[in-house]
Amino acid sequence: MGIVEAILLSVITAATPLVLAAAGELVAERSGVLNLGVEGMMIMGAVCAFAATQLSGSPYVGVLAGVGAGALFSLLFGFLTLTLVANQVATGLALTLLGLGVSGMLGESFLGMQGIKLQPIAVPLLSRVPFIGPLLFRQDAIFYLSIAIVAGIHWFLFRTRSGLKLRAVGDSHGSAHALGVDVIRTRYLAVLFGGACAGLAGAQLSLVYTPQWVENMSAGRGWIALALVVFASWRPWRVVAGGYLFGAVSISQLHAQAFGIGIPSQFLSSLPYVATIVVLILISHNRRMTLINTPASLGKPFVPDR
Amino acid sequence: MKKLLLALATTTAVLGFASAASAQEKAKICFVYVGSKTDGGWTQAHDIGRQQVEKELGDKVETQFLENVPEGPDAERAIERLARSGCGLIYTTSFGFMDATIKIAQKFPDVKFEHATGYKTAPNVATYNSRFYEGRYIQGQIAAKMSQKGVAGYIASFPIPEVVMGINAFVIGARSVNPEFKIKVVWANTWFDPGKEADAAKALIDQGVDILTQHTDTTAPMQVAAERGIKAFGQASDMIAAGPKTQLTAIVDTWGAYYVKRTQAFLDGKWETTSSWDGLKDGILTMAPYTNMPDDVKAMAEATEAKIKSGELKPFTGPLNKQDGTAWLKEGESSDDATLLGMNFYVEGVDDKLPQ
Repeated sequence: MGIVEAILLSVITAATPLVLAAAGELVAERSGVLNLGVEGMMIMGAVCAFAATQLSGSPYVGVLAGVGAGALFSLLFGFLTLTLVANQVATGLALTLLGLGVSGMLGESFLGMQGIKLQPIAVPLLSRVPFIGPLLFRQDAIFYLSIAIVAGIHWFLFRTRSGLKLRAVGDSHGSAHALGVDVIRTRYLAVLFGGACAGLAGAQLSLVYTPQWVENMSAGRGWIALALVVFASWRPWRVVAGGYLFGAVSISQLHAQAFGIGIPSQFLSSLPYVATIVVLILISHNRRMTLINTPASLGKPFVPDR
Repeated sequence: MKKLLLALATTTAVLGFASAASAQEKAKICFVYVGSKTDGGWTQAHDIGRQQVEKELGDKVETQFLENVPEGPDAERAIERLARSGCGLIYTTSFGFMDATIKIAQKFPDVKFEHATGYKTAPNVATYNSRFYEGRYIQGQIAAKMSQKGVAGYIASFPIPEVVMGINAFVIGARSVNPEFKIKVVWANTWFDPGKEADAAKALIDQGVDILTQHTDTTAPMQVAAERGIKAFGQASDMIAAGPKTQLTAIVDTWGAYYVKRTQAFLDGKWETTSSWDGLKDGILTMAPYTNMPDDVKAMAEATEAKIKSGELKPFTGPLNKQDGTAWLKEGESSDDATLLGMNFYVEGVDDKLPQ
């Protein structure tokens, strides 16, 4: 295995949870809901996926549990912000804190246990293609899912009537409501989907990335995912580009250090963030394009008049 | 006037009563942790020490702890909260808590503080540390014997003296066996991020190291080493569970005895500011069983350990050069503790540029 291939393999593992969580959050934000609880939903997914894997012996049961835990946890957010119309920013932050605490409690008895890794699945024929095969077609199910989910989101948002309605709800919930779209229901579904994706991202952490459970193992990845959504200016494929750019820079800086290039490590460590800021500046240069993609009702509560 | 006197007398009586009552209450001993108490590494080792205090002095003290306290401004708030809540003695268990500890200690002169691995003291702030580097010297020797490629990977956290000292000790140990031995250093710039630590481990292995050692707190690097089939050293706690066929040994922090001793001194009213720096011989660090290595390597490691304990061998003993080749220690000369505690340079043989 060549060094380039090795680097790319690590990049894929590092980028997948970011892409997944960001893609889910993108759908929620497109419907006008800002859920800052990504980190909390992710860590809940991680602990439940790990626990279910240990109890059942099958990492696939774990994946399902992670998805379910993320979705269930987001339902709490949905109830508070959509039904009770609580402040979205405050509720999201609370969700993150709650998730970190609850996951630590749930995971206590699973600490130090040997994890079971989600094994890669080789795609027949394609996995034998040199270079690309081992990279893209000998991966675990969650990686394949991450790409499929992004493609699905793109298709749904821009090619289906339901997707159009969801975007309409995010842009102007008043108008969408007047046209007979059920704003609250749409937002509930979007929030649930976002939670499920964050849970899946968490499952990737505790089943693929580092098959173990330790408290706080998401280590801020939920926040990076949130930033990625803005970075991607709410376009699904740009989430993939952003996630992989971030992953690539963070992995190559480690390699640069191991190689002994002699650039200060603090600078190298900050590179992924510097790169993100540079791209953000370049993107926001075109103000009109940014405005077109930004959901106009993002973060605004909706109270239907009766 | 009579009334005033009476009032004064009553107040004094009440006050006297109150202090008598509090003397019968248990003293509160508090701990501030940088990670989670079950991280399987650094913080867990401190928590085991705390439990030992509970066990041995439980009839006289109660313990309390705060986990996952970030280094920086948040630490100040956390420490202050403990000081306000009536803690008599507070152990702050990470290097990054140093300035926060000193600052809060000035605000609460009646509370005693103990800061781990730092170098700033005050009338009510003591420091304590462990000579981890003794263990790292042994690890270096083992690495040099076990590595086929003669290159080890070192996952470092932050460029503070303690970590730099560890890297140097490892290299000096390794070069005492194989003068050509090399290490590659990766700074993760975190103590605790399993994903990032695993990435660093992968990067090092991909670049051809066949022994891994870490100065970060989770078992993720051990797990990657196990997966890739190379050998590794554990850090802070025995990590054998994460790599039954991988771990060669681990530096195990055993803070308990120190915590019990100091807490007892506090209870007896004999607590004083000290800067304690104990090592293998005092039992503040122990080596996990030497596993997954041939008998001759094990024998060498055990012999070195015995020599360090007896004081016959000091890892930082000349002839030693600094990284740039300038002389540091002459033949037979040992470094003084002050130089070690402020170590901000590499010794010869480290293939890395020290972040300043």
